Amino acid sequence: MRIQHIKESARNGLWRQNPGLAQILGLCPILAVSTNIVNAVSLGLATVMAMALSNLAVSALRRWIAYEIRIPVFILIIAALVTVLDLAFNAYFHSLYLLLGIFIPLITTNCIVLARAEAFAARNGALESTFDGIMMGLGLVWVLALLGALRELIGSGTLLSGIDMVVPGLSAIQVFGDDYPGFLLAVLPPGAFFILGCLIAAYNAINAHRAARILPEPVPAAPPQSAAVD
Amino acid sequence: MTTETGQTPPARLPASLRSALAPALGLAVFTLVFTALMAFTYDATRERIAAATEAQQMRLIDEILPRGQYDNALLKDAVTAAPPANVKRIWRARRGGAPIALVFETFADDGYGGRIELIVSLGIDGKIGGARVSFHKETPGLGDYIDPARDRDKAKPWIGQFSGADATLPPTHWVIKKDGGAFDYRAGATISARAVTHALGQSAAWAAARRDAIFAAPAGSHVDADAQRE
Repeated sequence: MRIQHIKESARNGLWRQNPGLAQILGLCPILAVSTNIVNAVSLGLATVMAMALSNLAVSALRRWIAYEIRIPVFILIIAALVTVLDLAFNAYFHSLYLLLGIFIPLITTNCIVLARAEAFAARNGALESTFDGIMMGLGLVWVLALLGALRELIGSGTLLSGIDMVVPGLSAIQVFGDDYPGFLLAVLPPGAFFILGCLIAAYNAINAHRAARILPEPVPAAPPQSAAVD
Repeated sequence: MTTETGQTPPARLPASLRSALAPALGLAVFTLVFTALMAFTYDATRERIAAATEAQQMRLIDEILPRGQYDNALLKDAVTAAPPANVKRIWRARRGGAPIALVFETFADDGYGGRIELIVSLGIDGKIGGARVSFHKETPGLGDYIDPARDRDKAKPWIGQFSGADATLPPTHWVIKKDGGAFDYRAGATISARAVTHALGQSAAWAAARRDAIFAAPAGSHVDADAQRE
């Protein structure tokens, strides 16, 4: 694994092919758990683990997976690993497990996991694939964290509520004070769509702004690389 | 077809069947391997999960029945109940063998987000010691005040009003104020409060009426709906 690969994987996962903003895959957990930062980041990190493990397993076993049955085998591998993760969380991080509740099994249905198995892990070595899984997962984590922070802040005026379930002794920050009336829409599913929409708009605006700056105006011959990404 | 499993398919098998057999066998092998992985993890985590679940249960029970009040192994001293009663498991708290309180699980199926599960302590005097929500899917920021961890009023959480309520009062008492009963609710989310109040009243009355039979039943047995009423 060369430095070039590492950089490429990191850039793809964190920005260029970000699962939450560019590929828009994995909306199910994004919308369901991002009601506050703690939930969002917890499930995001669980997804990182699931993606790293599933990419590792798929890339290591890829020689033995017949092409015709690869999708059922990928799903089998992902479902089995998520089940293992679910049991491990239940046994070793029980309070976190209570918080994430039904969402850990749902990682199986997060299509970003299957998408990376099919698009990357089935064609690359174990090390590269594991790294790709981690980077894609982290790309999802930062979007989830931002979305969770905005929804929590707008919806209930706090940050990090529920942190005591993960790190005992810490408590939530009341940003707008006790008498903040709350803005329920932000916490409800429609609010998740609105705020994710704003984030995607900001992401596209930043990309457009960058592309405009990088593009040297008098050279129309070479089409800019970044324009093709969209 | 099954008799040929594991052997090279004879030449007389049609080509289409032969080409289907290899992927099918491959899928079967993957299924076996990953099922074994899940079974192994389940077995390895089972005891820890049971211990963590029990610890979580005791944390909730400690909030509604102080440990100093009884001296028996509460979770071991259990009986069960079944529909039509909306009571599931019942634990019996005793001190020096004398009955102190019942702790039981109840549920409401008419919450806004489906089932709400509760755990309640009922003193020997027929008064509710306390109640806690152990599971719910009520709307965050709206109906989830039934769980004191989510209640914005930390000083006087909504569910606290049930402590000291008399279980022997008629069903008309166990209704929220809006419907002519005795219990508060929060504006904007009456369905959650109505469901909890009704379930608490019904289950507490059921348990109070069969108190002596419940205390007398051998541990691990089943308490009938038509057990001796007072």
